[in-house]
Amino acid sequence: MRGGVRTRAGRVAGAVLGLLLVVAVGGCGGGAGGRVPGVVRASWGDPQNPLEPANTNEVQGGKVLDLIFRGLKKYDPKTGAAVDMLAERIESKDAQNFTVKVRGGWTFSNGEAVTARSFVDAWNYAALADNKQRNASFFAYIDGYEKVHPESGAATAKTLSGLALKDDRTFTVKLRTKFSTWPGTLGYPAFAPLPRAFFEDHDGWLKKPVGNGPYAIDSYTRGSAMRLSRWDGYPGPDKAENNGVELRVYTDSNTAYADLQAGNIDLVDDIPSTQLRNVRKDLDGRYINQPAGIIQTLVFPLYDAQWNRPGAEKVRRGLSMAINRGQITSQIYRDTRTPATDWTSPVLGEKGGYKAGLCGAACTYDPAAARRLIREGGGLPGGRVTVTSNVDTGSHRVWMDAVCNSINNVLGDDRACTVNPVGTFADFRSRIAQQAMSGMFRSGWQMDYPLIQNFLQPQFGTNASSNYGKFSDARFDGLVDRANAESDTAAAVATFQEAERILAERMPAVPLWYQNGNAGYAAGLSDVALNQFSVPVYERIKVK
Amino acid sequence: MGRYVVRRLLQMIPVFAGSTFLIFFMVYALGDPVAALFGDKAPDPAVAARIRQELYLDQPLWKQYLHYMGQVLTGDFGTAFTGQPVLELMADAFPVTIRLTIVAVLFEVVVGIALGVAGGLRRGRPADTTVLMLTLVVVSVPTFVSGYVLQYLFGVRWGLVPPTVPPEAAFAQLLLPGVVLGLVSLAYVTRLTRTSLVENARADYIRTAVAKGLPRHRVVLRHLLRNSLIPVVTFIGADVGALMGGAIVTERIFNIHGVGYQLYQGILRQNSPTVVGFVTVLVLVFLVANLVVDLLYAVLDPRIRHA
Repeated sequence: MRGGVRTRAGRVAGAVLGLLLVVAVGGCGGGAGGRVPGVVRASWGDPQNPLEPANTNEVQGGKVLDLIFRGLKKYDPKTGAAVDMLAERIESKDAQNFTVKVRGGWTFSNGEAVTARSFVDAWNYAALADNKQRNASFFAYIDGYEKVHPESGAATAKTLSGLALKDDRTFTVKLRTKFSTWPGTLGYPAFAPLPRAFFEDHDGWLKKPVGNGPYAIDSYTRGSAMRLSRWDGYPGPDKAENNGVELRVYTDSNTAYADLQAGNIDLVDDIPSTQLRNVRKDLDGRYINQPAGIIQTLVFPLYDAQWNRPGAEKVRRGLSMAINRGQITSQIYRDTRTPATDWTSPVLGEKGGYKAGLCGAACTYDPAAARRLIREGGGLPGGRVTVTSNVDTGSHRVWMDAVCNSINNVLGDDRACTVNPVGTFADFRSRIAQQAMSGMFRSGWQMDYPLIQNFLQPQFGTNASSNYGKFSDARFDGLVDRANAESDTAAAVATFQEAERILAERMPAVPLWYQNGNAGYAAGLSDVALNQFSVPVYERIKVK
Repeated sequence: MGRYVVRRLLQMIPVFAGSTFLIFFMVYALGDPVAALFGDKAPDPAVAARIRQELYLDQPLWKQYLHYMGQVLTGDFGTAFTGQPVLELMADAFPVTIRLTIVAVLFEVVVGIALGVAGGLRRGRPADTTVLMLTLVVVSVPTFVSGYVLQYLFGVRWGLVPPTVPPEAAFAQLLLPGVVLGLVSLAYVTRLTRTSLVENARADYIRTAVAKGLPRHRVVLRHLLRNSLIPVVTFIGADVGALMGGAIVTERIFNIHGVGYQLYQGILRQNSPTVVGFVTVLVLVFLVANLVVDLLYAVLDPRIRHA
């Protein structure tokens, strides 16, 4: 009896252990690892969405699109100017009807020619609500969008009526309203052309996307790595200077940084904030810290009557003046943020509409004036204000505490400002969507394309898509409409800036700081730079 | 024995149903995951509605749960937000974490029991005190500290091993993370072994064995150690489940793309199908590990029988 139980129990236990071993060992295999000469090994994060161009709205997926796609325009990584890439010319007489002529001689890396149809089909796919593309709203400027993408209910058309094929290399675009700088938006990856394979074998395409950029994908292991090599048949002017790129997924920037120090990876584009103090010494100067098109603001919930009563704009401006931005950006962020003095970003450049100091006194730390303004405006609603943000990423908790301390010191009241941390980004987003905020809340705006319009209209236009505080000002809307109809770019920019001055008066959102992109790289690399979207310009990197 | 196993397996059904129910409701109570899919932009209402419909989020919670369980029973764990089936994620992640767990368990069993025996046989002497002190230090250092420190020392400073684990994650590449993961449990195994050994050393059957004139190694290994391992086995059995689920920190530090990585990503993105699916499987692992422990009792202690 005893022996029987023993052996049988032992056998069961042994079988379970054996099974585990088989499963574990069976998972082994593949992946050579190690270094391939001339290849850049770069840090990556798991893309949040499937890698379709119009479905990618974050940096990690954006990196891949940047490597394997080229659109009608491309933003120059240095100047931010939208230069023609596949576009031979884009013309319009009335800032509303555009004729696009596509350059000949371009193909996808599978050999298929890039034609006007590659664009029109891709855009129609992106705009159709049934395809659930996160960036569908980019196509909202095109005529017929409300038919293919109604706010609710089924689509009544499959294609955008504003798009028409003329010949193999020409198509026309009719916009809903005048929008003179619209061609400047076309450098965004959502406007990329797509090969037939995307539509005919969608699942296969997603497993190994095919594009028309300087690189082609060799292998893609979802969630862990992607290997790309230079596509020698690439016809564009920005051919890759290296043999390829290997993207590796990291979940912890500290780990990626340790790998960089150990020579296990060549390029890390997110230096952990805890290492910023040592990074220059650790990497012997192989560190980049340059402006990106991101601005962080604190938005006031103007849907809350307390914040929108007459005189409240004084309180809002006073709060802005009570924040010591310079101290926070240098102490906490080690100058990887720059105090904001307007509502755009330095990457736009003077010509593009960035104007340092446009906000004026209202964005300058001035404790005495801040106290006076808040008092004149009737004081904080209920004597209190909260600062709300998600705290799961971006060391938000740290600056929130600093902002509140700054306000409390100015007001001489330890309980005037309190921090309201929200655990996850998803929860934070849904609270914003439900208009459940009672005090200031963080809003980070990453530009879609380097145009001043992109910083102002979506965030502050009446009922605009990302106007979370429900700011509304008829003068502002009027100026934005006028600027969009202006056919001269300089005049358009000047009119946008005129609209921006209204923000300084009414302060619907406090500009905090411009965010920089940063990266560190190994000794074997040269010519490393980031573009305005804080994505490394991979094709220009040289490997020794 | 067979009936015992069947009875235990049947008992697992309500435990399984109850725990998945709790997990499901906790994860879904976190709020609307669709809002986060659009980054800092406001969700596009038409797209958001279609995604909700696709993920069954537009249904009342109880319907979602029934739908989900119906899927699970047919072997379909749903689709993650990246469009990848959760089952595929599991096929990628579990082998890696199982390998990591095996390394950790082997490490804590071999080293832990050896240290425990070394201490227990020399009770009160310097060797024993040293072992006790060492385990105290190990227990009081959290995993993320030992992880980053060992990674820096072995991976960056001395360059002995790569600081991170490549995607294929073979056994040899998992040694350092396995040690880090098993470190705290190692201390418990050592202490349990030692205490149990010290206690049993005074038992009658040991005195009998010694009196019979058996060689010392036979007394220690066959009689003393074997009878002292029951609490240790219980601990390790429970620990297998804890190690697999608790590898989140270790997997992050060493960039291992296993269960902990998927759970971390899933929680961060509120990707409910991933989180519920993985936790459900972890619950199963825990239940099976406990069953194996109970069966092992019979192997170790002849007095225990399963009828």
